[in-house]
Amino acid sequence: MDCTGLCEALYRGGMDQGLAQFLSIFAGVLFVSGVPLVTVIFLIWVERKVAARIQDRIGPNRVGPFGLLQTFADLIKLLLKEDITPTSADRLLYNLAPLVSFASVILIWAVIPYTPYHYGADLEIGVLYFVAVASLGTLAIMTAGWASNNKYALLGAFRVVALLVSYEIPLVFSLLIPVMLAGSMSLLDIVFAQSGMWFVFLSPLAAVLFFISSQAETGRAPFDLIEAESELVAGFNIEYSGMKFGMFFAAEFLHVFTNAVLITILFFGGWLGLLWNEPIIAFLWLGIKSALFYFVSLWIRNTVPRLRIDQVMNFNWFFLVPLSIILLLVTSGVVMIFKTVGLVPLDAAGNMQLAGANLFDMLPLTLALLAVNALMIAPILNRWRNIGREARLANERRQQARMASPAVGD
Amino acid sequence: MEFEFNVVTVAFFVFSFITLAGGYAVVTAKNLFRGTIWLMMSLFGVSGLYLTLSAPFLAAVQILVYIGAIAILFTFAVMLTRSLTNLRDLYVRPQINLVGAVLLFVLIVVGVILPLFAANPQPPVSDEVIRTVDLGVALASGNGFVIPFEVASLLLTAAMIGAIVIARDTDDLV
Amino acid sequence: MPPLWMYLVVAAALFSIGTFGVLARRNGIAVLMSVELMLNAVNINLVAFWRFTAPMEVNGFAFAAFVFVIAAAEAAVGLAIIISIYRTRRSVIPEEADALRG
Repeated sequence: MDCTGLCEALYRGGMDQGLAQFLSIFAGVLFVSGVPLVTVIFLIWVERKVAARIQDRIGPNRVGPFGLLQTFADLIKLLLKEDITPTSADRLLYNLAPLVSFASVILIWAVIPYTPYHYGADLEIGVLYFVAVASLGTLAIMTAGWASNNKYALLGAFRVVALLVSYEIPLVFSLLIPVMLAGSMSLLDIVFAQSGMWFVFLSPLAAVLFFISSQAETGRAPFDLIEAESELVAGFNIEYSGMKFGMFFAAEFLHVFTNAVLITILFFGGWLGLLWNEPIIAFLWLGIKSALFYFVSLWIRNTVPRLRIDQVMNFNWFFLVPLSIILLLVTSGVVMIFKTVGLVPLDAAGNMQLAGANLFDMLPLTLALLAVNALMIAPILNRWRNIGREARLANERRQQARMASPAVGD
Repeated sequence: MEFEFNVVTVAFFVFSFITLAGGYAVVTAKNLFRGTIWLMMSLFGVSGLYLTLSAPFLAAVQILVYIGAIAILFTFAVMLTRSLTNLRDLYVRPQINLVGAVLLFVLIVVGVILPLFAANPQPPVSDEVIRTVDLGVALASGNGFVIPFEVASLLLTAAMIGAIVIARDTDDLV
Repeated sequence: MPPLWMYLVVAAALFSIGTFGVLARRNGIAVLMSVELMLNAVNINLVAFWRFTAPMEVNGFAFAAFVFVIAAAEAAVGLAIIISIYRTRRSVIPEEADALRG
């Protein structure tokens, strides 16, 4: 085991090496889990403020400057609330579910690289780890729905599990494209491989697919039929109150931000930007880009109406899944051709090596992949336009018919 | 080989306990939904054991495939068949089967493991292990596992189609 | 790292637990869960032997990966059969599905 940084300092200061190592790892764990915990408090305020602005309100503005302390007030209220467990609930599982839900999101942050030098762990299987850990959230929701012993909760849980399991497929397929381009599943390597060109320019379609399916994975609007208030009362968390509800709530908010960070790392170059060698500036770049995607997510949430379960499922199975599979096949084909011809940056062994490549080296591959993506998007957009036009024409015809014979109809 | 007490050993005992306790809870669970939760716990312990064996790829796949997919499938099956209320007789001939299972365990441990492997324990032949990339290369290369890989994908497709056809409610197609 | 035989004992114990479940449980779904436990016990053995005897070769590793495929296929088909039996006979007990008995 190597001993650097804090561990080295403690060891030099006369501490036992094993203890120094343990303390430094422990401090790292505290920091890695502390960052998201602090962030989520702030995020709830941001979400409420943005939602209020979009709906032409002011939002929280009473507690603290600009209502910044509102979340703390809410937190105290949630903690003081009576902690209710329904009599017929499965007590153990009922109390375990919120914990698992929150843990599944916090665990993702272990592999997220904040800067080239600051990360919890650089796992060889980083992307796979993230997908695996996120799938624990499904389990938490299922457990919550069943353990509450409430038919609305169970119905909500059924829906959400069907939703989450199906949207995992396009999510994983779109994740495979950055993995394939970088030739590594480590998130750190994926960011370094984007030093010549961000992956969003190589595969914009994959970035969009990832955004949509990760949005569905968190159960946010327009995919928020987990907690459709008007149909299911509140979905799987109907019986939860107090801080247990608060944990589900915080987990959802944190998951949205985590997805924003992940899309930044996978497709938008993570911390890469001007002067990224400075840790503070690198961290700022990551923060700015993630905040942008977080805002887009809030924007969509507050403007798009909720979809029905069958619409959501059809959209996934008949559109996202085939598209993501075709995209993966086509992209790998193009990359293979370019690798054989030699138009991509290669290392000594003849493998594709994007890390450290400059803009000029990346240009042929980027242009080719962009063209392929455009070729795939064009017919889809055209079809959507035709559908929209037909609907509009049908509407106009109906209106004209009504004008011509006002007595009939209505 | 000297037995040393370190992080990996402690992790091994913790994960072994989780695995076996979960397994025991699965076969004794009265309530089958809880049974699936114990199953997940047990499989989680197995994934921890893979970690102590320096196979992080298998550990992640274990969580993804077993907990994320198979166990969820089990919860669905439990709910769809209302197995929760089906509790009159938990076991068929429990005593004789218990004796059989214990005998099997004793036979494996006394007959195979203790004389062959515990008598002179060997340390691992090397501290280095293959990387995940090597597995990927082996699965796709012509003199590796490409044919088993293709057969496995065929098997999965067949299983998927079979499961859909068998579990269909009605005979009409769409 | 603990010696090889400890892993083998854990795997053997898990396999025996699974065997008991398969033989003794009445409910078909519980039987399938026990089969999963047995498959996992086998996989622990495979990975442990790979780690201790041939960690630089891909064979044991790949074999363990194929066991995952088998487990997934088995769970999908097994549960489909149980659901379809439940539809026709309102029961998930394997002994009661005896339509083919002569």
